[in-house]
Amino acid sequence: MGVNMRFVWLVVFGLIVFGLIPLLIEATGRWDLYYTLTSVALLSIASAGVWLTFYIGRINIGQGAFALCGGYVSAILVTQYGVSFWLTLPLAGLFCALVAVMIGWPILRLRGVYFAMVTLVLTEVARLTALALPITQGAKGISSIPLPGPLQLGGVTLIPDFSTLTNVKAGFYVLAVVLMILTFAGMHRLVNSRLGHLCRSLQQNEELASSIGVNIASLRLIAFSISSFLGGLSGAIFVGISQSIYPASFPVKDSVDFMLNCFLGGLGFVFGPMLGTLVNYFGWDLLFETGKYQLLIYSVLLIALILVLPNGLLSLFQRKKSEDH
Amino acid sequence: MEQIIANGLYLGAQYALIALGLTLIFALMNVLNFAHGQLYVLGGFVTYTLYAKAGFPYPIALLMAGLTLALVGGLLEKYLFRPVIKKSHREESTMLLAAGVAFFLDAIILLLFGEKQRGVPKIIEGVFNWDFRIIMPYDRIVIGCVAICSVALFIGYMQYSKTGRAMRALAQDKIAAQLMGVDVDRYQMIGFALAAMLAGLVGGLLVSITGINLGMGGPTSIKAFLMVMIGGAGVVSGAIAGGFILGMMESIGLSVFSSYGDVTYLMIFASLMVFLAIRPQGLMGKPWG
Repeated sequence: MGVNMRFVWLVVFGLIVFGLIPLLIEATGRWDLYYTLTSVALLSIASAGVWLTFYIGRINIGQGAFALCGGYVSAILVTQYGVSFWLTLPLAGLFCALVAVMIGWPILRLRGVYFAMVTLVLTEVARLTALALPITQGAKGISSIPLPGPLQLGGVTLIPDFSTLTNVKAGFYVLAVVLMILTFAGMHRLVNSRLGHLCRSLQQNEELASSIGVNIASLRLIAFSISSFLGGLSGAIFVGISQSIYPASFPVKDSVDFMLNCFLGGLGFVFGPMLGTLVNYFGWDLLFETGKYQLLIYSVLLIALILVLPNGLLSLFQRKKSEDH
Repeated sequence: MEQIIANGLYLGAQYALIALGLTLIFALMNVLNFAHGQLYVLGGFVTYTLYAKAGFPYPIALLMAGLTLALVGGLLEKYLFRPVIKKSHREESTMLLAAGVAFFLDAIILLLFGEKQRGVPKIIEGVFNWDFRIIMPYDRIVIGCVAICSVALFIGYMQYSKTGRAMRALAQDKIAAQLMGVDVDRYQMIGFALAAMLAGLVGGLLVSITGINLGMGGPTSIKAFLMVMIGGAGVVSGAIAGGFILGMMESIGLSVFSSYGDVTYLMIFASLMVFLAIRPQGLMGKPWG
């Protein structure tokens, strides 16, 4: 795909998310869709992180832990130290990246199911930590966090105070979608850079990569900390939206969902997590109509999808393409 | 002190049974079975239905729960895991499938048995009291002994029966075993069924003490993963060691840290991190599984 083509896609995508969708919501009066789509955007940011760890050949089921961690960092900074919400976003991400480096150093030596198991346990441990620490206020959690204030740079107001907005939901929607586009543009750039090629070499054969001089230990740490940064970022924005956080805000189910999103979209595709999150989230929501059979139908569909499309939804298009050639 | 050891042994015996099933599936098929906790819950509910509702004697209810779960396990392997393993190029696909199966079993349990906590009447009354040094209800002692006997039976079966030998051969080297005439499909199915049976058995045993509810599946899977990580994935002795170690640690932690609230698992995880940094393959695992 040439640079022009990519630019056209970006413009089309921008028109849809910032033009068509708000118009449709305005026309139908379904304001709740803003919240749903914001959630999809934020979850897909976290899923993009999980996807990156898949890219270096690690199955990461611990993103819920980092989302929770990021959420708490933001909540504590805003409520107890009066830091601006906008400043807490990068801080939450960086804190999670730091934690990821500390935890990742021992556990990234593990592979396959070992890594998957450790990260899954990590999610549960994050919940227990939030329950046990005094600063997180235990099971009570942190609630009534103020809405994000204005962001000013040199006297110019870049982002208005959210409490003065007439439609806060739309504000968060724009914020989440902009961050999602930035994340995926960054991921696309990363995957096609030298670093991305090195990551792919890790996925295929670590010993071989190491023997030709790739520093696999630091590469793994870089990928894992980027992943956790994204997890923390999305967790922090979720806290901004819900204005509260509890130890159970990101349970094991969420960590598994982040992984499922990547699978659903397709592990071989940068934009897989985005599509996967959209399908997973809306699929589950649509099935709400079926009442008590919701989980049954959802799981049957999931299993059927794995049987039919083991390489994800985007592999459908890939197959067509390869037939053309 | 004696009390802590007795509690640890009692917990460890049950944990070892759960971990054995998980590690057996992993050794045979390289699948991390997310649905293991759900199989355990299903076993508990089947026992509850047969014993408390239908009025069968407890041992028979337990046995039938084990058999039902073996059937469920066999079917899962034959119709879901086997085709996916044959078709997919990445090992992660089976993990996704296992997660899907976990949701599916949760849905089935919810529809069939509801979301209420279920318990059965005590199977044996009375409390064993040794000079106030060990105090333990008789039913816990019986359940613990049954669990230990099951572990012993399982080891014996794996060591001395033809099926056990075939499964051990498969775990060691699939291709070599195949060349020696071991029917891979058949023994993978038997292995999965056996693992599911063990999970169901523990569920049936524990329903008489702690009861059972829908939400117990996930946490049980996580505990089983912890045990397998401690002992090393795919190794029978490792699973048993992991089960007893976790049981002991939980028992010690609950008495030592009781004044600090729920920090036992935090401590266990922190020490696991240090341990894995030194020995990534667990106590007895092969390097890199």
